Amino acid sequence: MSILVVAEHDNGSIKGATLNTIAAAQKLGGDIDVLVAGSDCQGAAQAAASIAGVAKVKVADNAAYGHQLAENTAKLIAEVGKEYGYILAPATTTGKNVMPRAGALLDVQPISDIIAVESENVFKRPIYAGNVIATVESSDAIKVITVRTTAFDPVAAEGGSAEVVTLDAAHDEGKSSFVGEELAESDRPELTAADIVISGGRGMQNGDNFELLYKVADKLGAAVGASRAAVDAGFVPNDMQVGQTGKIVAPNLYVAVGISGAIQHLAGMKDSKTIVAINKDEEAPIFQVADYGLVADLFEALPELEQSV
Amino acid sequence: MKILVAVKRVVDYNVKVRPKADGSDVDIDNAKKAINPFCEIAVEEAVRLKEKGIASEIVVVSMGTKQSQEQIRTAMALGADRGILVETDVELQPLAVSKCLQKLVEKENPELVILGKQSIDGDNNQTGQMLGALTGMPQGTFASEVAIADGKVAVTREIDGGLQTVSLSLPAIVTTDLRLNEPRYATLPNIMKAKKKPLETISPDDLGVAVEPRVKTLKVEPPATREAGVKVGSVAELVEKLKNEAKVI
Repeated sequence: MSILVVAEHDNGSIKGATLNTIAAAQKLGGDIDVLVAGSDCQGAAQAAASIAGVAKVKVADNAAYGHQLAENTAKLIAEVGKEYGYILAPATTTGKNVMPRAGALLDVQPISDIIAVESENVFKRPIYAGNVIATVESSDAIKVITVRTTAFDPVAAEGGSAEVVTLDAAHDEGKSSFVGEELAESDRPELTAADIVISGGRGMQNGDNFELLYKVADKLGAAVGASRAAVDAGFVPNDMQVGQTGKIVAPNLYVAVGISGAIQHLAGMKDSKTIVAINKDEEAPIFQVADYGLVADLFEALPELEQSV
Repeated sequence: MKILVAVKRVVDYNVKVRPKADGSDVDIDNAKKAINPFCEIAVEEAVRLKEKGIASEIVVVSMGTKQSQEQIRTAMALGADRGILVETDVELQPLAVSKCLQKLVEKENPELVILGKQSIDGDNNQTGQMLGALTGMPQGTFASEVAIADGKVAVTREIDGGLQTVSLSLPAIVTTDLRLNEPRYATLPNIMKAKKKPLETISPDDLGVAVEPRVKTLKVEPPATREAGVKVGSVAELVEKLKNEAKVI
């Protein structure tokens, strides 16, 4: 069964999430083609061609796909994908936006956020905010799947030499247009790709106090996250949110500071290798999942931590 | 304009759900149920658009067992004008739900359909997008801001890395993210009034939609449990353990 992986990219380069998705595709067995849909995206196409294990790269370079608007991109994916047994994309906001739309065009019930491939028809995925793992079997002829990237180790970005095929498909539905975007700027590693993540919650008390976390993060080369409580209180922007409705992370080390550990937050970080909790409330639920817990005032513990790492 | 809002009856978000001992299903028969939190935000947004004079009528629809009536009544207490229940005992998956919604969209001709971005039971995040494909309507998913003007809707979307704004021609579909608004509470007088609002019950057969599941759940199980951790007495001890025991820094 041949597999189509929809690349996540910024037109110039391929994003890391694509490498994890290809790793999931390899567990299915079969030739893996990559679809790069974008505008002025030859750079991304060349990068896709050098990923290890890719058979063919199909490039649709057209202004209509510039910002991966769902209306246009889903049409393309459904058209290209109908020749494949599987269509996979990372479960990022882009993948989640476009894949169900492509699935419905193919009359398929998509499977979201898989964490394991059991066989060619059977997959595991978390439900109920990660409190339950469901094993599901698809009876659809084409499987449309999004992949939880933190559940699969990425394949190598280099070492492949796939053939690049240009598609001349240009679907412009004309019903949507890109107006603009506001991206949060950060020199720190990206949250979902970082080896170490340090997150603050309501206990941080205000946005200025996040400076204490940034200092520790910069010493450790860590990304900084936040709980929903911290985001809702306006301490930090919402793209820093870790949890069921934010980002799912699984770093080697996750440090939760002033975070009580609501189910919603745990769903986003409990697959981290080592979890550290710093909280002054020794009854906080976060201590039930933490490998190392420190009952302490974070305003004393953070500066001390910064000094000693 | 007419707005169609879809709401789902789910286990209350405060309930910690566990699988049944035999792994056949989740144990939710006696758990408290409520409107899915993202659907509540969808209802609230529709009501606000009505209060601004942009929306003229709000139709709320839910699908599932007879008990989903309760969630439709709640939405009507929050400000929806009338309700439609698509009643079935079959487990509905997003493809089936979006096909039923497609038929209702054809019948009701709303200019805006608002749904939650995902339900907190299945965590699929699919129905709004699939409805978009079936109706051909454009979609503004994960909305944190919605502005309607000149036959278009500008939707600010929460994406990885920040915010993106798209402009969609009407009719359009919006799925709500958490920060779109803060839903109001239903007041007692409004709960009483909601009991008198019209609620129509139909079946998937009436809509001519086959709702059989395409994806079968073979089993459910609890996630792998983490081994109990240790409490450390000081920052120095913590750093020592992270360096020498866990070897993560």
